[in-house]
Amino acid sequence: MLIFNNIDKTFQVKQRSVDALKNISLELNDGEFMVVNGPSGCGKTTLLLIAGSLLRPTSGEVSIDGQDPYKMSQTERNQLRSNAIGFVFQQFHLIPYLSVRENILSPALASVNHTGNDRTEQLAEHFGLTERLDHYPRQLSMGEKQRTALARALYNKPRVILADEPTGNLDDDNADIIFSYLKEYTRDGGSVLLVSHDRKAAQYGTRVLKMKKGELVNN
Amino acid sequence: MQRLISGWKLIKNEIGYRRTNFILSVISVFIAISALIASIMVLRIHDRHTNQILQNKQEQLQSRMDSLQNETRKAMLELGFNILILPENQDVSDWYTKDYGDTYMPEQYVDKLAGSGLLIVRHFLPILQSRMEWEEKDMEILLIGTRGEVPNLDKPPREPMVDPVPEGTVKLGYQLHQKFNLSQGDAINLKGKKFVVNECYNERGNKDDISAWIHLDEAQQLVHREGVINAIMALECLCQGKVELSELRDKISEVLPGTQVIERGSRALARAEARLKLKKRAEQAIKSEKEHREELREVRENITSALIPVIFIACGIWIAFLGLMNSRARREEIGILRAMGVPVKKILHVFLSKYFIIGILGGIAGFLGGLLSGFIFSRFLEGSFIWIDPGIAFLLWLIVLSIAGAALLSVIAGWIPALTAARQDPAEILHGE
Repeated sequence: MLIFNNIDKTFQVKQRSVDALKNISLELNDGEFMVVNGPSGCGKTTLLLIAGSLLRPTSGEVSIDGQDPYKMSQTERNQLRSNAIGFVFQQFHLIPYLSVRENILSPALASVNHTGNDRTEQLAEHFGLTERLDHYPRQLSMGEKQRTALARALYNKPRVILADEPTGNLDDDNADIIFSYLKEYTRDGGSVLLVSHDRKAAQYGTRVLKMKKGELVNN
Repeated sequence: MQRLISGWKLIKNEIGYRRTNFILSVISVFIAISALIASIMVLRIHDRHTNQILQNKQEQLQSRMDSLQNETRKAMLELGFNILILPENQDVSDWYTKDYGDTYMPEQYVDKLAGSGLLIVRHFLPILQSRMEWEEKDMEILLIGTRGEVPNLDKPPREPMVDPVPEGTVKLGYQLHQKFNLSQGDAINLKGKKFVVNECYNERGNKDDISAWIHLDEAQQLVHREGVINAIMALECLCQGKVELSELRDKISEVLPGTQVIERGSRALARAEARLKLKKRAEQAIKSEKEHREELREVRENITSALIPVIFIACGIWIAFLGLMNSRARREEIGILRAMGVPVKKILHVFLSKYFIIGILGGIAGFLGGLLSGFIFSRFLEGSFIWIDPGIAFLLWLIVLSIAGAALLSVIAGWIPALTAARQDPAEILHGE
């Protein structure tokens, strides 16, 4: 599903080169729940953004469903993200002026064909948000916010979920709920690449990688 | 029920969510458009007021001139003929010393003059004037033959200044009827021809007191000068202003070659000249007022043409600043939308549509505010409330100008913030969390 082949990423910071990723190669298969653990600043988010076709690597190749997103046009890359990838972030990034229902529906803005309200209702029910559909993000708890973000990520039925510290703002119970949902998603054939410094995440992963100073240390 | 999400939903909800930013942007557009419309209205009201002022002054002048013209006309009628047309070879000093002429011109000249289309003279009176011995009474008298006024064929008929003398009758000056104790209806003989006294004049203190008026044909027979006259008396029409004597002479000479024109000064002439001076002064005053109003307009136009761009630029900068603040506040939203695959074009469209809405609302409010403030400003500038009916076409033009100008201002001012927002790198935004 997702293949990294010798990926390097170097940032230029004040005329100084900073190697964020060094020679990263990995393969995420369908139904796999991959957890990348590592301390803050080790390059986890950079890895996730490259996987999400949002950040072009300095060198190496990325393949999503057999296609290199960085060899596509911007429009094709947008389509790829819309159809194949779902994102979940620590800060949720819910749109504050849209209701839960509209936030879950928001990926539809990127696609011509979308499944509409039925899908929203299904996801809301699945994530225990049915009573909250007409509420706004400010009216939700942290756990509800992250469940809304997860429902949004799943709206377009993506092949892979890229999750960046999804439980960073949650208590243990809510974190367990989120991990469980992600685990459930992989059981249905989806793939999850989750980066976190939370060691608890490793309990849910089918594969756990450790990252240090931009390198995978136990690939 | 199928509930869908759309760009319009994003715009509408975002406006409600960040309404302060939106309202401030609308107010900025409102201020700019109000200023523009108000300045247009102020200038238009100024023009209308100028027209009113000048029209009032013109009407006052016309009324005064009409009154003076009437007075002049009356004075002219009271004071008698002021133009004397004599044969060219008549010695004028002889005319004055002897009170009659010894040169002649054809009697038809008077008809020619009356039919000439010359409008500056009227009331033509042909006369044959001669000193003769009234043998029956052993007295020298002034015999004046006239057939009454010949009407000007190119002017509406007016009441004659002198009545014609019927044939077989005579009108006697004061000395003549007093000396011989004659009265109306008495019969007298002049060179053997019998005349009935038609009228006895009161004392005038001039040559008229020793004059006898008879019909022109009979006078011509008495002095053996058939078909000729020695003077045409006329009245120069001063109603349309004084014509230079040389011009008057030229015009009459064109019609009656071989004649000379003598103008006799009169109070009517002085009055006409005074009227002309008054007219010139009044016209000068109107001209000065017009120039003053034009200068005032130029000043106002200069102020507005300097102020409006400044206001537009200031409002544009303010809208852009609010837009940048807005796009900064929406960084996360833009980041996640881009991550979800929403194209840059769509985000740009959402932002620009919002600025378009700001423009439309600000334009409509600015149009109404501008109309109102235009009237209010003009109330102070002009010193009184001036109502003008702008007319449907002008109002439509103002509405189109307001809305198009506002939309343009808003979209141009919002272009950079919108582009900045749409082009934000989602990786940078999401990485930065």
